[in-house]
Amino acid sequence: MDELLAEFLTETNEGLAELDVALLRLERVPDDPDTLALIFRMIHTIKGTCGFLGLPRLEAVAHAGEAVLVAVRDGSIPVAAEIITLVLEALDRIKQILAGLAASGNEPAGDDTALIAALEQAGQAPAPPPACETAPTALPMAPTPPATAHTDPVPVTPTIRVQVEVLENLMTLVSELVLTRNQLLQLARGDQGTTLAAPLQLLSQITSELQAGIMKTRMQPVGTLWNKLPRMLRDLSLELGKPIELVLRGAETELDRRVLDLIRDPLTHMVRNAADHGLEQPDERRAAGKPQNGTILLTACHESGHVIIEVTDDGRGLSTERIRAKAIAQGLATEAELAGMSKSQLHRLIFRPGFSTASAVTAVSGRGVGMDVVKSNIEQMGGTINLSSTPGTGTTITIRIPLTLAIVAALVVGAGGMRFAIPQLGVVELVGLAGTGATEGAVIERIDHTRVLRLRDRLLPLASLTELLHLPPSRGDATAPVVVVIRSGTGLLGLIVDQVFDTEEIVVKPVAPILRQITLFGGTTILGDGSVIIILDPNAMARTCGISADTETRSTDAPGARGAVDQTPLLLFRAGGPHLMAVPLGLVSRIEEIARTAVEPTAGHPVTQYRGRLMPLIALANGLNENRPQQTVLVFADAARCVGLMVDEIVDVVQDRLDIELAGARRGLLGTAVLAGRAADVIDVSFWLERACTSLPGLPSL
Amino acid sequence: MKFQPDHSDTEQEFVTLMLGDQLCGVPVNDVRDVLGDQPITVIPLAPPEIAGCLNLRGRIVTVVDVRRQLGLPPAIDQTGRMSLVAERGGELYALLVDQVVEVMRLSASRMEPPPPTLQPAWAAFSTGIYRLRKRLLVTLDVGRLLTIGGAVH
Repeated sequence: MDELLAEFLTETNEGLAELDVALLRLERVPDDPDTLALIFRMIHTIKGTCGFLGLPRLEAVAHAGEAVLVAVRDGSIPVAAEIITLVLEALDRIKQILAGLAASGNEPAGDDTALIAALEQAGQAPAPPPACETAPTALPMAPTPPATAHTDPVPVTPTIRVQVEVLENLMTLVSELVLTRNQLLQLARGDQGTTLAAPLQLLSQITSELQAGIMKTRMQPVGTLWNKLPRMLRDLSLELGKPIELVLRGAETELDRRVLDLIRDPLTHMVRNAADHGLEQPDERRAAGKPQNGTILLTACHESGHVIIEVTDDGRGLSTERIRAKAIAQGLATEAELAGMSKSQLHRLIFRPGFSTASAVTAVSGRGVGMDVVKSNIEQMGGTINLSSTPGTGTTITIRIPLTLAIVAALVVGAGGMRFAIPQLGVVELVGLAGTGATEGAVIERIDHTRVLRLRDRLLPLASLTELLHLPPSRGDATAPVVVVIRSGTGLLGLIVDQVFDTEEIVVKPVAPILRQITLFGGTTILGDGSVIIILDPNAMARTCGISADTETRSTDAPGARGAVDQTPLLLFRAGGPHLMAVPLGLVSRIEEIARTAVEPTAGHPVTQYRGRLMPLIALANGLNENRPQQTVLVFADAARCVGLMVDEIVDVVQDRLDIELAGARRGLLGTAVLAGRAADVIDVSFWLERACTSLPGLPSL
Repeated sequence: MKFQPDHSDTEQEFVTLMLGDQLCGVPVNDVRDVLGDQPITVIPLAPPEIAGCLNLRGRIVTVVDVRRQLGLPPAIDQTGRMSLVAERGGELYALLVDQVVEVMRLSASRMEPPPPTLQPAWAAFSTGIYRLRKRLLVTLDVGRLLTIGGAVH
């Protein structure tokens, strides 16, 4: 394509994105002369260049649009929603023509006379009548326009245009430089009193600055992505008949442009969803005592190497009833499975493939492709997605994505005589198990052959890196093992390693295609000493261990894709009878042995003093077993409450699918499932928490 | 496949190498680099034909154990092993062999098809045989050697 034309296209497209935002700002503050001048200037530039390049169709549309804006600027017509709609329509037409131009190099054929006539009419009339046929809406516009963006104008600083490819190349070179610098430093460390020390120090510092500088060139404010949203929401709000207020906070938050590209579609989808499913119709909102205008709030901020983006709406919130009905209708889960799910587990069902709660397919959403794609896109780039929703007040979706994908801080650990890197973003903490570095109160316990880590208020599932990777067993000389607690989604996994070496800035290189089927690896890298090591993927390791996240009993992966995925670690125990009972291990906060004497009777049922609070103790059958000096108690806790379940015996921990086959025979039991070949009653933890903590004294025993 | 034996009477250059007692050759155009003994990082869970990864001037190279591919037992003396670096689909691979010997210029018309009685493991990778004065030279196809576990790269 003609170079001149290519440059025109890039410039104009950027200009148009700004124009969208500026026009919506004008709609909100109609008498802002700066905004008017800006809009006028931009459309004038487009018109001028079209004439220069010989693009008559584009020029005609731009000219008509400009004429309307002149009238607005001169004050001969007021800024009305209809006028803005019309100008936006003209911009859309310009975009259409530009797209055709980019594809073929020539202006596409088309008829603009109707649009131009409407624009001319609008420019002449003192004010178009409200029922003007060009206005596509019957919505009451005044006093508040349907969709507005609360953004501040972005200050203009001098810039030059650089091809992305050039920047990418620079980035690769800097990565190599960082590695070489690391190698040099390693060499110099072994060489005391070398004359190279001072210049090396300088080189090191300059390299770091260069790296930071290059990284900065790749950073773009998230606002460049958000620019398109006000316009989209405006159209949406007209289409759906819902007045929507869009509030953007933290638009200046910067992140790597590759990451930015990757979150573009998920973000758009989330906002569409919020507008379509989240917000109610105006009359419904009025009835609920809410302001008529729905609000969608987007925030972005940095948090320790991550960017957190939240999409919040003040709509009706997620209806667990509807999710439940939909999940059954779509065959995503059985009723028994649903019965065993907590509220947040139910909410997470919307991330399942094929799920959509919109009862009718609208043009906007409800086609069944959606949140599952959003989730997998976010996870692909090492991010996580979470959701919280309160019925009647709204829904917040939080995505957490790494700032950059190229250079990350990693923890170098040793297992089976080899070294591995774990991205530090996935590491929550390190727990020493023995020797001087031992963390207080951290104990590995065995339940049959399964190891779990008792750490503060939780029991963590454990996996040995040596075993996960089928490495030769660690030699006896390995120093005290360390548990690296890694986060995957909202789930935690303790990874036993032989040693922790160091943290290092590493350049992530993709895994060779031959090795792609080994899902545990997130990449490879070269360390300061020149050796190649493997970067482990915390999410994949957690998945392999069958604990995709403690808020999900089953993974969203396709069945059969990974054998262990559907399996949940379950604790088997006996309480008040010979039959086997079970509870998902992830729900057990702790297993405590308390002295019989510490169990104090009350009018209702026994309690014990636990961490400075009274914890109700529940017996499933005949109450206390008086013969033993110690009582084993399973502690279940959520944010505010905790309850202890007195059990006679811990039997085993098994990995199995939790398929409840028979409904619960009584309250407090979800039903019966076959676990590792044995039938076991699965207890309903949320029932007991609810029971024990709402009405402590008069709790009827079962 | 990049390299096809050319049956017109042109000369072809081969990098010759030793695998046990057998002299083999790969087309010189398929070889980017020859490396001496290098520290190789073993990759857990990888197919056995993958010896590991090595660092070649800041690029990570996947090392393919040619002995393993050809069904030969591991070398008794592993010191002084060498690798031939080849590129496939923008990725670098190193073919780990016992020793790299020299570059030989051979007339394409002298190449004979591999005998049908050749071990299947060899037949799968061999493109032909040259009868040299003292010994036989088996030519190997680099593309096929880089095909691990049926996957084509």
